[in-house]
Amino acid sequence: MSVFDRAYDDPVRVLDKDGEVVGDVPDLDDEELVGMYRHMRLARHFDERAVSLQRQGRMGTYPPLSGQEGAQIGSATALDEDDWMVPSYREHGAALVRGLPLKQTLLYWMGHEAGNATPEGVNVFPVAVPIASQVPHATGAAWASKLRGENDAFLCYFGDGATSEGDFHEGVNFAGVFDTPTVFFCNNNQWAISVPRERQTRSATLAQKAEAYGIDGVQVDGMDPLAVYSVTRAAVEKARDPETDRPRPTLIEAIQYRFGAHTTADDPTVYRDEDEVDSWKRKDPIPRLERYLRSEGVLDDERVAEIETVVEARVAEAIEAAESEARPMPEEMFEHAYAELPPELERQYEAFAAFRDAHGDEAFLEE
Amino acid sequence: MSETQNLTLVQAVRDGLYTEMREDDEVLVLGQDVGKNGGVFRATEGLFDEFGGDRVVDTPLAESGIVGAAVGMAAMGLKPVPEIQFSGFMYPGFDQIVSHMARFRTRSRGRFNLPMTLRAPYGGGIRAPEHHSESKEAFYAHEAGLKVVIPSTPYDAKGLLAASIRDPDPVIFLEPKLIYRAFRDEVPEEPYTLPIGEASTRREGDDVAVFTYGAMTRPTLEAAEALAEEGIDCEVVDLRTVSPLDREAIVEAFEATGRAVVVHEAPKTGGLAAEITAIIQEESLLYQEAPVKRVAGFDVPYPLYALEDYYLPTAARIEEGIKEAVEF
Repeated sequence: MSVFDRAYDDPVRVLDKDGEVVGDVPDLDDEELVGMYRHMRLARHFDERAVSLQRQGRMGTYPPLSGQEGAQIGSATALDEDDWMVPSYREHGAALVRGLPLKQTLLYWMGHEAGNATPEGVNVFPVAVPIASQVPHATGAAWASKLRGENDAFLCYFGDGATSEGDFHEGVNFAGVFDTPTVFFCNNNQWAISVPRERQTRSATLAQKAEAYGIDGVQVDGMDPLAVYSVTRAAVEKARDPETDRPRPTLIEAIQYRFGAHTTADDPTVYRDEDEVDSWKRKDPIPRLERYLRSEGVLDDERVAEIETVVEARVAEAIEAAESEARPMPEEMFEHAYAELPPELERQYEAFAAFRDAHGDEAFLEE
Repeated sequence: MSETQNLTLVQAVRDGLYTEMREDDEVLVLGQDVGKNGGVFRATEGLFDEFGGDRVVDTPLAESGIVGAAVGMAAMGLKPVPEIQFSGFMYPGFDQIVSHMARFRTRSRGRFNLPMTLRAPYGGGIRAPEHHSESKEAFYAHEAGLKVVIPSTPYDAKGLLAASIRDPDPVIFLEPKLIYRAFRDEVPEEPYTLPIGEASTRREGDDVAVFTYGAMTRPTLEAAEALAEEGIDCEVVDLRTVSPLDREAIVEAFEATGRAVVVHEAPKTGGLAAEITAIIQEESLLYQEAPVKRVAGFDVPYPLYALEDYYLPTAARIEEGIKEAVEF
């Protein structure tokens, strides 16, 4: 029986909140399991440091991910190297699994466009800020892969609020019609800034929206990295298989919680109860996986301490590298708008460059 | 000498799609009714039979989905040519156009460019229902990262469409549906391109430079011929691309006479005529003999068709505008 043959409100689970096994443990070897744990610790530590950088005025507005590491790392780990991820703007954890350097994520939120230029070989789309607008891209890109006979899977992330947007509907509907190899991964973190999930739709679940598009829809405990891995892996394998007897696209609703603010620009205590936050913190994906791995003898105090050391060093290194990055050269504004600079833009650039030569950067910058 | 065919503008669009699809397997067409139906204006007629349903794709009725899916395809290196049935229905896809189509190259520092061409028929004069007659090229010309091409002849339509499809940057290709079938041109059967961003002089003259594009080129030429009878000799410049504008051609034609008129059917305020006037003022103030005259649509919502003849610039209104510029 397929993992998709279940009620929409019956989330796939592998570990309970205490790390006890309550479902089928996916077939991952010890190194892969420790790898997931390490990535989750890295994402959490990165996130805490990023929020702190913002608070200290060393970085601009930043969208925190703490609480969502299980969903991000579990799902991104399920991709093969040639597969693609199409993020919104909170998937720094998933991106690092795919090989995006932490320094680039920092640079992006420090206002450097270069942070969004994912390097060749890192199959990650640029961050998409307008809600749900990346959903049709994931469908189109997967469609291209299908037309070329490459059949790579495209994992598209968005939040619960995005399911109210027209682009969610249009993108998922196209995927259903053209049977594209797309996995739609909804990070249902319960809150779209201050608006609760219940205000987005009267549907009992978000997973059931798949029914309307004729594709598979499934809920998963998004605070359980192993369950997320299992269900995403099944969806990715189905997407990649032109011979599958099921629809190739899948809508996954990963039920989870963001522990912090929507971005560093809002104060969640205005709209959420502390009790609610505390109850979700007891489901934290990191201690949950750690307890399981300790009980399996894969992790011990020594290994955990070693991981902590590595994680702290990597984040510190990335922050240092990002902060020592020079301000981008202003010509970069002009450089990438078109493949070739149109004559009018060239004139604008020349006038700007002449003014800057004559007056120096003090004509632009407050220091 | 290659063979030519005697084609209307919409047939030349279709021929441009056909030759580009034959040349390059990565080119595909998607939109509403573009498949078996061949497009509501027949711009994709016969392409479905020729290239099959994977390359001539009837999509669900969803403009944002069409543009957004094309963005994803283009990011992967395909060369999609999405069609929006009427430019008045581009707005559900407007966010995809301005937030993504225009920005992917900048956002990714050139890793993802979008070699896509969004086609849409635009403009008035065909007795159409509400939302089927607008001319809103200024929206797209205002958006950095896009090119905006508007042909006015069958020959140009094929060559400029081919150039747009081959261009590494995203192009909005607006087709003047009023003249889809108004006249025919000799159009080569073989593929060819015309440069994007280059105006074309449609009529030479010494007294005044008249700038226009798209469906307004015809009444402008008509006005020029009528005025020739009265001894006013107009230079008529068809811009062909409204972003990027051919600044050199504008300046050169203006400086030869010191007088200019700009004609477009789009509303006057914030339209391309304002930009052209500003270019003249920036570059050629000392040549200026008269205020630049704008003959344009009015700043009202496009009327239903019982009144559209009063809205659209006609040859008579254009003549009047040219006389004002000449007699100042």
